[in-house]
Order: sequence, then C-alpha cells, then structure tokens
Amino acid sequence: MPQIFHRSANVISKASIVGGALLVAIVLLTIGALDRSSYNTGAWVDVEQPVQFSHKHHSGDDGIDCRYCHTSVEYSNSAGMPPTKTCMNCHSQIWADSPYLEPVRESYKTNKPIEWARVHDLPDFVYFNHSIHVNKGVGCSTCHGNVAEMPLVYQAVSLKMEWCLQCHRQPELYLRPKDQIYNTAWVAPPDQLEQGRRLKVENHVASKEQLTSCSTCHR
Amino acid sequence: MLTTKVDKVETRRVSRATKDFRFMRESHARAFVLFVALLCVLFIAGCRRDMQDQPRYEAYEKSEFFADGLASRKPPPNTVPRGYLREDGQLYTGKNAAAGGAASGGNQRNAPNASASQNAANAASGGQQQQQGGAGGNSASGGAQASQSDPLNVDAFPFPVTMEVLVRGKERYNIFCSMCHGATGYGDGMVVRRGYKKPPSYHEDRLRQERVGHFFDVITNGWGSMPNYAPQIPVRDRWAIAAYIRALQASQQGTPTDVPADKRNQLEGGNAEHQGGGEGH
Ligand code: HEC
Ligand code: HEC
Ligand code: HEC
Ligand code: HEC
Ligand code: HEC
Ligand code: HEC
Repeated sequence: MPQIFHRSANVISKASIVGGALLVAIVLLTIGALDRSSYNTGAWVDVEQPVQFSHKHHSGDDGIDCRYCHTSVEYSNSAGMPPTKTCMNCHSQIWADSPYLEPVRESYKTNKPIEWARVHDLPDFVYFNHSIHVNKGVGCSTCHGNVAEMPLVYQAVSLKMEWCLQCHRQPELYLRPKDQIYNTAWVAPPDQLEQGRRLKVENHVASKEQLTSCSTCHR
Repeated sequence: MLTTKVDKVETRRVSRATKDFRFMRESHARAFVLFVALLCVLFIAGCRRDMQDQPRYEAYEKSEFFADGLASRKPPPNTVPRGYLREDGQLYTGKNAAAGGAASGGNQRNAPNASASQNAANAASGGQQQQQGGAGGNSASGGAQASQSDPLNVDAFPFPVTMEVLVRGKERYNIFCSMCHGATGYGDGMVVRRGYKKPPSYHEDRLRQERVGHFFDVITNGWGSMPNYAPQIPVRDRWAIAAYIRALQASQQGTPTDVPADKRNQLEGGNAEHQGGGEGH
C-alpha cells in the first residue's frame, strides 16, 4: 500500500502540536491582556465633564481638603459629590462671571443638579465602602492616584477583582498614618512593611481570611 | 485587456476551491449555518449587563422614574427623619430658649439645611437660595445682619469642651474654614488671596468678646457675604470649630509666662501658638 502521508507530514504534525499549544496560549494571553486593558477597565481614559472642574487648581494649588467637597467619605459607602451650593460658596464671588462656570450658575438658578459623568464605577454586584478604608488607614491616592495633580480625574487603577485582592491579602504594604490619608502626594517610606504591620495592629485591621472571603465584597 | 484576464484566472481558481471543499451536501450545509447562527444569537443573548447594572439605585444614580431625575428623595413635608428630632434647642440652634416663638422661625430655616447634608438632590433648597441669591442680595441682607449679632446667642457650650473636641475642631477648621480665614484666623487664606472678600480677623476685639453662640450662628446661617456651612458640617462639629476658634483667639493673647516652665524652651521652635491654644482651654 502506498504511503498516504508524505514524510514531511511528520514535521508538520509535530509542528502543529506545538503550534496548537502556542495558539491556545496566545489566545488566552490576548484575552487576559484585553480584559486588563484600559479599553475594558476604563483606566487612564479621560472622561468628558459638563464643567471643566480641575482638582489640580482646587486641591493642589488652593489646598482645599477632599472632605470639603466629598463630605461623606469618612462616614458612608459613597464619598459624596458636592452639591451645586458647595461650588457657589466660593464662586458666588470669585470667577463669578466666568463662562466656564455657566453650567454651575445655571444649575443653581434652576435647582437642577449638575450631571457629572462617573469616572469610577464598580459593577452593582460588588459591595464597596469608603469609610472603612479611610478609617483603617488606606489613603485616597492608593486607589485614585494623585488626584490633587489631575486637571481632569481619570481612573488610575484597573478596579478589577485581582486589584482589590492584592491589597486585601497584604494591606500592610499600603496602610499609612491617619494624618496622611488625604495627602495625595504621599509615598511609602522605606520601612513601610514595619510601619504597615504596626498600623495593622493599631487599627485592628481584619484578618486576611476575612478580607479575602467572597462574601466580604459579594453580599 | 489585461485586467479581464486576471479576473478570469481568479474566478477559475475560486470555483475549483469551492468544489474541492464541498464535502457536505447542500441541505446539510444550510442546516449547519443555521445552527451556528442560532448559537451566536444565544451567545449574544447571554451578554446582558443585568448584574452589572441592577434595577436598584446606587448613590447619585439618575432616576428614570421620578420627574426630577433624582434617585435620592426628600422627606415629605412635616415629617422628621430618624435622628433629626431636635429636642435640645441650644445644641441645634445656638440660641437661648427664651427665643420661644422667634426661634421656631430659625428652626425651620435650619432644618432643611441639616437634613440636606451631602445630598446633591437637596442641594439648593429654597431657603438657601434666598440667602445666597446673588452677590447683590447678599451684601444687602448682609449689611443689615452684620451690624449686630443675635442677642439670643448662647454664651456657653452645650457640651463640655475637652481636648478631644479641640483636636476635632482643629481638624474641621482646617478642612472648612482655613482656606478663607487662614490657619491662624487672620483672614488671609488662599481663596482670599485669589480674590474673595477678606473676612475680619478673629483677633479683633469685637470678635474676641462675642459669645460662642455667635460663631455657631455664623457657621449655621452664614454671615454677610460668608455662605452658611450647615449642609457640610454636622452640628457637633460646628461647636467643635467654635471651640477651636476660641483656642486660636487665646493663642494670640498668650505670653511666655502662660507656658509651663518645663516647656518654655520649646517656644523657639515657633510652635508657641498651638501650645498656648491648648493651654487656654
Ligand atoms: C472643590 C470641590 C472638590 C474638592 C476639594 C475635591 N473634589 Fe473630587 N470631585 C469634585 C467634583 C465636582 C467631582 C466630579 C467631577 C469630576 O469627576 O472631575 C469630583 C470627582 C472626584 C473623583 C472621581 C469620582 C468619579 O466619578 O468616579 C475622585 C476620585 C475625586 N474627586 C477625589 C478627590 C480627592 C482625592 C480629593 C482631595 C485631594 C478631592 N476629590 C477634592 C469636587 C471636589
Ligand atoms: C473654597 C473655594 C472654592 C470652591 C468651594 C470651589 N471653587 Fe472653583 N475655584 C476656586 C478658586 C480660588 C479658583 C481659581 C483657581 C486658580 O486660579 O488657581 C477656582 C476656579 C474654578 C474654575 C475655573 C477653571 C480653573 O480650574 O481655573 C472652575 C470651572 C471651577 N472653579 C469650578 C468649580 C466647581 C464646579 C466647584 C464645585 C464643585 C468649585 N469650583 C468649588 C475656589 C473654589
Ligand atoms: C480602597 C480604595 C479606595 C480608597 C482608599 C478611596 N476610594 Fe474613592 N472610590 C473607590 C472605588 C472602588 C470607587 C467606585 C465606587 C462605586 O462604583 O461604587 C470610588 C469612588 C469615588 C468617588 C465617586 C463617588 C462614589 O462614592 O461613588 C469619589 C468622589 C471618591 N471615590 C473619592 C475618594 C476620596 C476623596 C478618597 C479619600 C478620602 C477616596 N475616594 C478613597 C476606591 C477608593
Ligand atoms: C490598598 C488596600 C485596599 C484596597 C486596594 C482595597 N481594600 Fe478593601 N479593605 C482594606 C482594608 C485595610 C480594610 C479594612 C478591614 C477591616 O479591618 O475591616 C478593607 C475592608 C473592605 C471591606 C469590608 C467592609 C466592611 O464593612 O466590613 C470591603 C467590602 C472592601 N474592603 C471592599 C473592597 C473592594 C471592592 C475593593 C476593590 C475595588 C477594595 N476593597 C480594595 C484595604 C483595601
Ligand atoms: C476584595 C473584594 C472581593 C473579594 C473578596 C472577592 N471579589 Fe469577586 N469581584 C470583586 C470585584 C471588584 C469585581 C468586579 C471586577 C470587574 O469589574 O472586572 C469582582 C467580580 C467577580 C466576578 C465576575 C467576574 C467578571 O468578570 O464579571 C466573579 C464571578 C467573582 N468576582 C467571584 C468571586 C469569588 C468566587 C470570590 C471568593 C473566592 C470573590 N469574587 C471574592 C471583588 C471581590
Ligand atoms: C469662602 C470663604 C469663607 C469660608 C470657607 C469661611 N468664611 Fe467665615 N467669613 C468669610 C467672609 C468673607 C466673612 C466676612 C463676612 C462679612 O462681614 O460680610 C466671614 C466672616 C466670618 C466671621 C465673623 C462674623 C462677624 O461677626 O463679623 C466668623 C466668626 C466666621 N466667618 C467663621 C467662619 C467659620 C467658623 C468657618 C468654617 C466653618 C468659615 N468662617 C469659613 C469667608 C469665609
């Protein structure tokens, strides 16, 4: 019986095994990369806002504390967005005729809230709470980046589950002293691990088991 | 000429290719295509975002149901939300009980402010708008108001002022007041340097002699061209700030002899103000 396959088929079949495995690997890696890409997570993407509000001017240059506007960040799930009245505290007098602020004055006059575009948005099946993080020593900039230097806020991290977990497994790498929580320019000191361990005990941070349990975030 | 030739070659090759690969019968092929299409439809149908965007409201989510688009609703008129029953008048108004009828007016003005806290929905209730109406209205009403503080203001704190309260007051002062009044209260904050009206220094005689109730009143109801801070600052924090202002005032009055002997050598460090303030109370 004549050979059905030419000898070169040996090479082809071996190559195709390796090639097949490679192909699967490439596909998986691509999916992983796409999943983590800012196209999917929204990180580093600028979001258009109805008013050109700049955190760099307000918090960075003028030194306004985050809590002046995000008043509920220490008490509740939501950080709280400033109502138009908060803007008018100052802008009834400064930049009072600026065209940049027309939507703010309009909102104040008509009693209709300004519709800010959301930058950070977790899926609704995830439970998140600002107050516990802030009160146990996680600073704004660990999760939001150096907001006080951002003319326009963008999402500085992926907000994927793996990102939450890398901290929940080892919060001591990120904890900082109470008076540095709102300092968005904070950088970890060289002895962060020791400091972090100390803060973890001082602040009674829950155990790794509790923090990585599914029902902590999916409840 | 040339192009048609090429076209012919191309079509011939294609037709041969299709013939070689026609391993299924026509009807089977059609069924197969249908099946794949159905799979795709099912697959896409699975890709909904029901769990990502569930039919409940998250904070600040826009409502399609209510006409004004606000998911956070105001309490109906003439109801008191839990935790907002103001039985301790002095704590909530900073006025003496003698105010009786008059204070009820003040009360009504405060109530919506405080319950509106942090809520974009309740941002600008009517009362506030009247107060803040515009630069012109402000200075007019301010002029009348600023001439004299309310005689009903209380002269004592409604709860004991401890070191904790002062520390809290300092923190809150630095968040809410220092950008205008400056860290030490001389009225030289960053926002004033950018063109806001310069507030009076806390170290003026008039303000040093004011009753504490006045400071509470200014934070709660505003004063002249200063906006009110009732929506942003809870009641107890307002008193804590008033206590800290007292401490700031005392700090500018201190002499080196006020400082305990063992701490006097630290004065050179330039931290004298805060030590004096702490000691004052
Ligand atoms: C003067 C008021 C003000 C101050 C002070 C302020 N913010 Fe904001 N912040 C806003 C407004 C208004 C928005 C919505 C517009 C936007 O996203 O740019 C916002 C948006 C944000 C967002 C994005 C929210 C989203 O949509 O996901 C973050 C994060 C944030 N602020 C963090 C901070 C931090 C950290 C500080 C302190 C360094 C701070 N803010 C200080 C007014 C303020
Ligand atoms: C505590 C005072 C204060 C508050 C509150 C405040 N601003 Fe400002 N704002 C300023 C000052 C001061 C400037 C001038 C900035 C500069 O020149 O550094 C400014 C400038 C601006 C500008 C001009 C463009 C720019 O960034 O220079 C916009 C727009 C603006 N603010 C929007 C807002 C909005 C929206 C809010 C409410 C969320 C708000 N501001 C709340 C003090 C304030
Ligand atoms: C542990 C990480 C973490 C820390 C620390 C943190 N944030 Fe956030 N922040 C988030 C996440 C996650 C969201 C998105 C929440 C959502 O979609 O429900 C968010 C949303 C926000 C928003 C939008 C409104 C809201 O609450 O959904 C603001 C404003 C904000 N953060 C401000 C702050 C400020 C100011 C601080 C510091 C005091 C801070 N955040 C600290 C993770 C963090
Ligand atoms: C930089 C560190 C860090 C990051 C990032 C972080 N967390 Fe946490 N988280 C903590 C710490 C610390 C605690 C406090 C644990 C305790 O003692 O209860 C905590 C607690 C929690 C709790 C428990 C709250 C409660 O009331 O019991 C939830 C829920 C939570 N985190 C969700 C999240 C989610 C969701 C994310 C990602 C979007 C996230 N966290 C990201 C550090 C972090
Ligand atoms: C620290 C908080 C946290 C904990 C603990 C946690 N998750 Fe998550 N999980 C998240 C966040 C945040 C997301 C949303 C990720 C995103 O938007 O891509 C998520 C998403 C998911 C998803 C949906 C994935 C997707 O891409 O849609 C599943 C499934 C899930 N988690 C399962 C689990 C299981 C199982 C556990 C326990 C072993 C767990 N989670 C523990 C925060 C957490
Ligand atoms: C946006 C700038 C600004 C902020 C923030 C601010 N103030 Fe004022 N304040 C003023 C101005 C302007 C005046 C002068 C008002 C007038 O006389 O028309 C004033 C006046 C005062 C006075 C003097 C009233 C009198 O009898 O003359 C007191 C007391 C006071 N403020 C307390 C506070 C406290 C407490 C805070 C923080 C909760 C605060 N202010 C925050 C601008 C501000």
